[in-house]
Parts: sequence; C-alpha cells; structure tokens
Amino acid sequence: MKGILKLAYKLLVNDKAKFTALLVGIAFASFSMIFISAMFVGVLRHSSSTVINIGATMWVMDPAVQTPANSIGIPDYVLDAVRSTQGVAYAVPLYTGTALVKLADGTYQATSVIGLDDTSLFGRPEMVNGKITDIYAENGFFVVQDADYSKLGSPHVGSEFQLNDHRCVIVGTAKVAMSSLFGLPTLYTTYERAIQYIPNPRYTVSYVLVEPKSPSDIPKIKQQVAALGYLALTKDEFMQRSITFYIFQTGMGTNLLIMTVITFFVGLSISGQTFYTFILENLERFGALKALGTKDGELVGMILFQATFTALTGYGLGVGLCTLFIYLAKLRLPSYFATITYTNLLLALVMVLIIDAVSSYAGVRRVLRIEPFEIFRG
Amino acid sequence: MPRTAIDASGLQKWFGEEDARTLALRGVDLHADFGEMIYIVGPSGSGKTTLLSVLSGILRPNSGHVLADGTDIWTLDSNHLAEFRLHKLGFVFQDFHLFPRLNTAENVAIPLILRKVPWDTAIQEAIHYLDIVGLKGRADLPPMKLSGGEQQRVAIARAMIGKPDILIMDEPTASLDGDTGHVIVKFVRENILDANRCIVVVTHDSRIYEFASRILKMEDGRITGTQERAA
Repeated sequence: MKGILKLAYKLLVNDKAKFTALLVGIAFASFSMIFISAMFVGVLRHSSSTVINIGATMWVMDPAVQTPANSIGIPDYVLDAVRSTQGVAYAVPLYTGTALVKLADGTYQATSVIGLDDTSLFGRPEMVNGKITDIYAENGFFVVQDADYSKLGSPHVGSEFQLNDHRCVIVGTAKVAMSSLFGLPTLYTTYERAIQYIPNPRYTVSYVLVEPKSPSDIPKIKQQVAALGYLALTKDEFMQRSITFYIFQTGMGTNLLIMTVITFFVGLSISGQTFYTFILENLERFGALKALGTKDGELVGMILFQATFTALTGYGLGVGLCTLFIYLAKLRLPSYFATITYTNLLLALVMVLIIDAVSSYAGVRRVLRIEPFEIFRG
Repeated sequence: MPRTAIDASGLQKWFGEEDARTLALRGVDLHADFGEMIYIVGPSGSGKTTLLSVLSGILRPNSGHVLADGTDIWTLDSNHLAEFRLHKLGFVFQDFHLFPRLNTAENVAIPLILRKVPWDTAIQEAIHYLDIVGLKGRADLPPMKLSGGEQQRVAIARAMIGKPDILIMDEPTASLDGDTGHVIVKFVRENILDANRCIVVVTHDSRIYEFASRILKMEDGRITGTQERAA
C-alpha cells in the first residue's frame, strides 16, 4: 500500500493548481474556525480577569451576580457571619468598582478600582515598583502596568491625579495575570480608602473572599452561606458562571455558532467542490488504474489518503496562520484577547475532518462507478 | 504443440434493456495460442472493442466463457479479476492513458507499484524497460514532453514491465502517423512477441497487417472470417 499511497501523493501534489486551491480552502476554513473561537475564548477568559487576578478560593456574593464585573453590595453582617462559619480559615471583604480619574491634562478616564482588605491586603498584585506597604500611605494607589496603563498617561511612582475629586498618589506599579475585558486601567488601594473615595450605595462589600480550612469544607460553607440568602462559589465555579452568562444571555454564543457554521460551509464548498473537480479531472486515470488491475479498495485508499493529506496539511497551515496572526496582533495591541486552546484546535480539526469525509465520499462514489471499459472506448 | 493462451466460446454481450437492447457480441468463439499475434479488425461498431474488453476481464459478458491461460476469468470475483489483470495481462490503450502528473519512469513503473514492489526498485526496472523501448534518458521527463511515438513506447514499456503473458493492444497506431505506427508495431512483433506470450491487437490500420500471425474479421458482433498470415 505504501507505493500506491506514494502514487496517490504524487498525483495530488504534482497538480499544483488544484492542490493549492484545496489547501487554500481547508486552511481558510480551519483558520476562520480557530480564529473565531479563539476570540471568543479570549473574551470569556478576560471576563473573569478579576477572579483570576485576586486568586481567592471562594467568593461569596449576592445570588443575582452573574459576572465579576457586575457586583451587588453585601451587608457587613454577611462578612461577620462567613467569618464565624465552620470550616472557614479566614474571610475578607473586597471592593470592586469604577471611578473617574482626572488626568494632568484635564481629561477624564474611567478606571477600575479594587479595594483590598486593609489588614491582610489579600488578593494584592505582584509589585513592579514600590513596596506593598506603601499602599497605606496617604492617598496611596497602585497602578497596574497592563495594556491599558497608558490610558492614565503611564504614571510612575509619585504621579498624582484626581479620583472623584480626591487627591490620588501613585505609590507603586504592579502587574497582574490578566487585564480587564473592558479596556479600563486598574488601580489598587485599600478597601477603606476605596469606599471613602467612591460614592457607594448602602452596602459597600462587593465580595467576601473566603479561604476554607480544607477543600472538604467547601460544601458546608456553601450550605451555610446559602442559609444566609447569599451565594458562595469556588473560583472555577464563578468563572464558569460568568462564561455561561456571556454564552447564553448575551447572544455571543449564538453569534459564534452562526459564524462557525458559515465558515464550515464555506470551507466545505470550496474544498469539496475543488476535490470533486480534481477527482472528475482524474477520472480517466482512475479508470486506467482500474483496468491495469487496481482493486476498488486500493482506489478508495488512494482517495482517502489524498483527501486526508490535504485536510491535515491545510489544517496545519490554518493553525500556523492563525497563530501568526494572533501573535502579530498581540505585538501591535497588547490587550488583544484571542486565545487558542486545545479545545479550539480539536473543534477545528473535527470540522476539517468532516469536510474531508464529505469531499472523499463524493469522490469515492464517483470513482467506484467508473467502468474501465470506458477507457477502451476512448 | 502450442499452448492455449485464450479460449473464448459463445460470447454474447448486449447493452440496454428490452426494446432498446443493442447486441454488441452475437456468440463469438475465439482461440489464440502463445506465440501468436492476433489482430481483430473490422469497421466501427462491429464489436472489436467490446470483444477486447470481455477477453481482458474488464467487461462482463451476458453469456459465454473466457479461459485465459487456463483460468475461467468470469468466474472470478472482482478482486481476483483485478489480480488476474495485474499479473497476467498488459494493456496498451488507444490514447495511451499516461499520467501527466507523473514522470515517464513513474508511468512505466505503475504495474510494479500496484504489485507492491518497492518504489525505488520499480523505478529502476522502469528505467531498464525505457531503455529497451529506446527511450534511454527520458525517464525524468513528463509524458507530455514526448512525441506521440515516444508516448506509445512508454505505454508499451508500461504494459511489458510486469512480464504479462497476454498483451492487449487497442488501436496501437490510431494516434500515430503511418511511419511511426509501422515502426512501433514492428518493434512489438520483433522484440516482445515470443513463444510464451500472446498479443491481441484491435486495429483499423491495414498498413500493419503484415505483422499479424492471424487476422480475425469482425462484423456486426460476429467473427466473419479468419486470415492466416505467414509472418
């Protein structure tokens, strides 16, 4: 079979125009499918950036909260109640909100503000410049050096600006694992200073961050928090809740599905049509091979090999092209969200193999129907 | 005593159904021995190509038998029939049916590749056969770069490389000018026909009759006459 497959390979790749058209079709389809799903995954991952950056094991919140960006204030007694819950090692408050910063040139910039527990500074970012204890200095804020950092005029230690008409001094710069979804620069300060500077409704605790004594305590903590009328989720559960919201309640999931289906059919029509034309143009050759003594099974093997070789090569090109494109985009736009995951790659591979199977099926049917007698008739 | 290469009897073949039925073969009997070069001649539509297809295991007859080198080929299933064609028969098609995407040596090597001979060995053997048919140094060229006569020689080399017992040639001179056709068939007669090989040729071309051992005349689906030749 090895020699026959080599024959099939040469018949395929030596027809350069057709082979190129086939590769372009498959590469386009896999590029588009991976790219669309990578953008979607990027958006979903960044929607949970706060959860990832803070890193708490459990989050207590109002049951109506769907995403980390849309917190609902919790009364202080919930914090006390959680702290006295069996199985809780410690629990601290977290403030998340937005504020308007007036820059030195007089322009305003919306900013995300995170207020860390004054005592423990739990969830603090990794420092780049300055000391973590400088956050206690008068009007002290840390700024995160991420893709949105320049929107605050790239401040350094000692820079000053106004935040909701309060003086704000940068006492350090920090970095986090992931920038926010909405393109806002991020400031860190203490919880008390955050609720003092930013106008708030009646309840000021956005989330209670909980560290259980052991993983086995998590179900009990959840139960007791539920008895209070609130919701306790692990980090992964909170991220999944956010992903579910974006997929099923914003239309993003439907759009992704539609785009993927369109891409699949475009890829199928380009590759399927080209491969079928390739088979039709070589029908006489397949007929000659049949007359010379090639068995039907061997002809089917040749066609499947040609289709699969094209599909996998095109898929590889699509993956490479997509990776290159995202890499170049991230060089230019550091906050670019697209993320390729193994699931993206697997999904695209399955789609490409379906295209391959459909294209082969049509070709195989046609080739099996050839009568070598036609070859004698000329 | 010559050995029997082909013994066909009572061959009938029709196309279409009921009222639209066309009879292509009307009870043909044919005998050929090894060492013979048999010509089947006759006007267009007389059934020559149909007979050739039935004899070579490509077109199933509606009735009759074909014994080729002792094997009743139409009792074989499709896989064994393909095996039989691969190992016992060599084909030279009217339009050559060379593969334009393969070079000349690869074209010639196809029967060996189908027999699972290693690629490099098959190519070496193909180069040797190209040498035999007078195409030394043309192995790497695509067939389309060769003249009609050279392409026919490539087709002959491809048919011969598997050392078939029976060589089937369909209108071997149809795509060639008169002189080239004459040279090619003379080459086949002098270099390929031997006591262990039978060659069956379908042709219209009376200029090559001189090379036949026997000429069978076909008309309207029947063999209407046989002419023994001294050649």
